Amino acid sequence: MTTIQSRPAVEIRDLHKSFGPLEVLKGIDFEVGHGEVVCVIGPSGSGKSTLLRCVNLLEEPTAGKIWVNGVEMTDPDVEIDSVRRGIGMVFQSFNLFPHLTVLNNLTIAQRRVLRRGRAEAEQIARKNLERVGLTDKAEAFPAQLSGGQQQRAAIARSLSMEPKLMLFDEPTSALDPELVGDVLTVMRQLAEDGMTMMVVTHEMAFAREVADRVVFMDGGVVVEQGPPQEVLGAPRHERTRSFLSRVLDPTRVAQLGQPDQSPEPPEPPHLPADVRHNL
Amino acid sequence: MKLRRRQRERLSLWLQYLAFIAVIATVIYAADWDRLREAFFRVDIIKSMFPTIITVALRNTILYTLGAFAFGLVFGTILALMRLSRVAPYRWVATAYIELFRGLPALLVLFLVGYGVPIAFPEREIPGGVFGSIAIGLGLTAAAYMAETIRAGIQAVPKGQMEAARTLGMSHFTAMRTIVIPQAFRVVIPPLTNELILLTKDSSLAYVLGVTAQTIEVTKFGRDTLNDRVNATPLLVAGFAYLVITLPLSQVVRRLELRYAKAR
Repeated sequence: MTTIQSRPAVEIRDLHKSFGPLEVLKGIDFEVGHGEVVCVIGPSGSGKSTLLRCVNLLEEPTAGKIWVNGVEMTDPDVEIDSVRRGIGMVFQSFNLFPHLTVLNNLTIAQRRVLRRGRAEAEQIARKNLERVGLTDKAEAFPAQLSGGQQQRAAIARSLSMEPKLMLFDEPTSALDPELVGDVLTVMRQLAEDGMTMMVVTHEMAFAREVADRVVFMDGGVVVEQGPPQEVLGAPRHERTRSFLSRVLDPTRVAQLGQPDQSPEPPEPPHLPADVRHNL
Repeated sequence: MKLRRRQRERLSLWLQYLAFIAVIATVIYAADWDRLREAFFRVDIIKSMFPTIITVALRNTILYTLGAFAFGLVFGTILALMRLSRVAPYRWVATAYIELFRGLPALLVLFLVGYGVPIAFPEREIPGGVFGSIAIGLGLTAAAYMAETIRAGIQAVPKGQMEAARTLGMSHFTAMRTIVIPQAFRVVIPPLTNELILLTKDSSLAYVLGVTAQTIEVTKFGRDTLNDRVNATPLLVAGFAYLVITLPLSQVVRRLELRYAKAR
């Protein structure tokens, strides 16, 4: 399969997505190279989570094409279950299976989907639990874990399928502040191990240190993208600057009121709740 | 003299206890216990009903109930999945079935299965004889009720569970079977227990199929004995026989719920 080498890990062309009359994505063109770590930032409602969910077809695009590892996801005849095996996804709300132990959370898809035997599946599961620092929690049920432990278990569950690409949908937004660090450490290690990652996040420090490229989205379009030091350090667009100033110093905005903005939709006042884990 | 709040509350409570005890005492005192015992508690009749009431009647009641429950559970789950299907005709069929069979008396359905099916298919027999007819006849109605319960249970499982399972490469069917439905059943254990207890009592409708000495169940056995002895004692015994099933059942289910509480 030469395509896998010659094509990028993720390739998105003119992607549109509407929910009823509401157009959330208004023509996205976007690529992720093999081994690249891309952080997608932007205000809530900008379409960044929808973009991520379109990549593994949790949302059906309205128009446009998406390829993952050279396979066209938007082909109506795509074998979606087999393509998804190669794409891990980590959710904001963890979505561990509460009726299974942590170990079984990690083995069930290996056994049902990849048809691995119990011994092999458990061996791989334990290896991945070790990777996220949860060796001693194998027999626990998800409800007995802290939020940070649950999210790390969810990451280990995805890794057990040995994906080529990992999608992270605001993985730390539901966590108490003191638990965020453990999850980010695991993600950073993953990035260093060469995993291709697409991360929707509000963690600007993580984006700055770990991302190869930062993409700023607003109003359903990619406004600006580039190396983190450029997009986060010296943004070219007014919308990016205004977003970053609100995210990095939310209290100042509250005092001054709404700063000057582009004609795009003004951001709702609940934004600071979304960005409470910043810096 | 004015009472303080706590004194007033205590006084009111004592008055309620007294009233309650007075009612009970009056009933106990006023009742004619000797005649009552003669009509409902003849020890010789009770003795004569053993061991048949256990070895045949109670056994059959349990078998009919379990048969109908198993049939209803499987069929009800299929109906629930059809109700939630993306395929519109499946939804229509399931909805029509549920509305129809919830509205019909279980007795009528049992009668139609017991007598209608042999007329419609004279060459064939419902497997299991009376047992099969009852399991299907009562199960058809139970399935309609259980379908709605199970559908609610499936819908109570967060959407993220299905998404996470699909993301791991599971097909819709595998995700339903291994992730969503096991969680849904934990949610619906209490209402399904209700259905099981109702079925236990509905199994008394078996008489419309004309049961024999071998296939008799608790209520019919009680009534037959009543006719024989011209005494109501057998009804009381039959009533206790039902409690022998339903009370331990509630306990088992409570245990089950506690065990699952950890994994929720």
